[in-house]
Amino acid sequence: MSQKVISAEKRAFMTGNEVVAWAALAAGAEIMYGYPITPQNEIMHYWTRLAPKYGRSFLQTEDELSAGFTTAGGVMAGRKAFTATSGPGNTLMQEPMSMAEMMRLPTVVVVQQRGGPSTATVIYSQQEVTLTTIGGNGEGMRIVYSTATHQELFDYTIKAFNAAWKYRFPTFVLGDGYQAKMREPLTIYDPAERGIGMVPPEPFVGKEGIPGEDRPPAQYRNTFNLEEELYEKVMADVSEYEKIAPEVAEFQADGTEDADLVLVCHGVVFRAVREAVAKLREQGRKVGYFRPVTLRPLPVRQLREMVGKAKKILLVESAYGQLARLFKEAAYGSGTEILTLFRPGLGITAGEVEAKVKEILT
Amino acid sequence: MSPQPAMPRSWRVDTKPHKFCPGCGHGLILKCLGQVIDELEIQGRLIFGCDIGCSLLSWDFFNLDTIQTHHGRTVPVMTGLKRARPDLLCIAYMGDGGGYSIGAQHLVNAAARNEKITVILANNTQYAMTGGQMAPTTLPGQKTETSPYGRDPELTGFPLQGPEMVGAIGREGVYSARGSVGNLRQLRRFLKKALENQIEGRGFSFVEALSACPTNWRTNAVETWSFIEKEMPKYFKTGEIKVPGAGREEVANG
Ligand SMILES: Cc1ncc(C[n+]2csc(CCOP(=O)(O)OP(=O)(O)O)c2C)c(N)n1
Ligand code: SF4
Ligand SMILES: [Mg+2]
Repeated sequence: MSQKVISAEKRAFMTGNEVVAWAALAAGAEIMYGYPITPQNEIMHYWTRLAPKYGRSFLQTEDELSAGFTTAGGVMAGRKAFTATSGPGNTLMQEPMSMAEMMRLPTVVVVQQRGGPSTATVIYSQQEVTLTTIGGNGEGMRIVYSTATHQELFDYTIKAFNAAWKYRFPTFVLGDGYQAKMREPLTIYDPAERGIGMVPPEPFVGKEGIPGEDRPPAQYRNTFNLEEELYEKVMADVSEYEKIAPEVAEFQADGTEDADLVLVCHGVVFRAVREAVAKLREQGRKVGYFRPVTLRPLPVRQLREMVGKAKKILLVESAYGQLARLFKEAAYGSGTEILTLFRPGLGITAGEVEAKVKEILT
Repeated sequence: MSPQPAMPRSWRVDTKPHKFCPGCGHGLILKCLGQVIDELEIQGRLIFGCDIGCSLLSWDFFNLDTIQTHHGRTVPVMTGLKRARPDLLCIAYMGDGGGYSIGAQHLVNAAARNEKITVILANNTQYAMTGGQMAPTTLPGQKTETSPYGRDPELTGFPLQGPEMVGAIGREGVYSARGSVGNLRQLRRFLKKALENQIEGRGFSFVEALSACPTNWRTNAVETWSFIEKEMPKYFKTGEIKVPGAGREEVANG
């Protein structure tokens, strides 16, 4: 089908949005559907420049409802399809993604978070965690990767296509405006060169043969008549989700074994936290960090183990407790004190984290 | 006169009798559609999409690969499918609420972009599945659950003219027509031309079918037919509004 996008592994220096476009190409994405919104626009801009060279396509839709539903149509046609959005667009994206959840569609959505609520800022936040992980009228049967660096944006965009097509839960890459717009070095590569096999897409509809004659018709619905019917459907999905959760969940941790204080964060804030923890360690402070890479599902077992040993937890995020809610639910029952540093819509520096830790540990 | 086969070949026998109320227009429209699918021999490459509303009851109606989507969102799902697999034929089937109200932006933009899909819309002048509320197509004076004293055009406007709107938006390649369950031969002809428009890759095709909802209209058989044949045509003219390669072709004004 597609020719090789990246022939040899190479260093690149580019914005996060450009990284996503290259990663989607390298992952074999065949079609992007999208609606303009800052700060994700350049994903479309790069995609529309690159895609025709590799026989891929693009459709600019009338809104994000349409971007999400056309993406659903694209994957049901058996194509690796994706879209990207942010903020108010992510709000609209919840309707199609709830259908994707119900119908187990391997959609991939890249979210570059901006400030909220409403139109807010076009710049940055971590305020789309609740929406992206458990938005929609359902149970949040989704896979969400929260990236911290451009390398991760590349790696996890590729991984998102594989997770989506392997597990058939709608999959999200959760970035933010800082990652979207900032330039940074990274290594781009062809997944095959790294031994990463890409899960092949498969059509839901339009397979060979006449339905009803050569094969049964493929008929997909999201409507059920009876409570019991729905209950069984949802519980089957929940139990499958819980079964795959341990192999999907990813995290990074350091210094948590002997720590007086463990810092918990995700996404770009992890950069500040890691730097602050390194500095504090140099100063002889017993601090560590725990950073879930997947926000859905969370690495619950490792998280609970960590909380069990930690004396205190400090939750750091550019939102007013959206990660904290997910974290506290997973940590429920532990007596460990949980402190917070919430900066909704604001960037967080290593210096601020360091100062906060010192305030706690004096 | 040759005896009519009981069911079109493209119908799914094991899901019949169908789930629509007795006297419902949806069944008649889908019968015409089934006959046209048989005639065009496209069962092996046609994907049927249905909306939320009573059209969803057709999710297992045909021996066709089928996707039942959300309210008003069948047009984008079928658009996405067609863009990803241009070799397939795609039908989006919906009600007037789905197409003209909650999904109007999709209909307008699909027509403007000349998406190579076929949209078939059953106009029963109200939201049937939710119990008979006013729709953009409700006739002036018509009583519904949310216009219990009759629709007042001063307050809520006049019935939306769907095929005319699509005809006005659509450029070369767009087919747009309005048929009625009161004239099945004509409706079949329009459905066939709409699908041929897609098969030949000309562009967007749209057929509104004046339909019946005796359940929410609370009408008996005579009153139902009288509403379809006398009341609805006062606001909805049947005929072809836009035909590729021509101006206005068949204006019957049933
Ligand atoms: C987003 C959303 N809003 C509202 C509804 C509730 N709803 C279900 S069917 C329907 C009306 C359908 O009317 P129409 O499209 O005209 O189809 P009909 O039932 O008349 O054939 C509505 C409003 C819904 N399912 N989804
Ligand atoms: S409620 Fe009306 S539109 Fe719906 S199935 Fe019954 S008659 Fe048909
Ligand atoms: Mg209706």
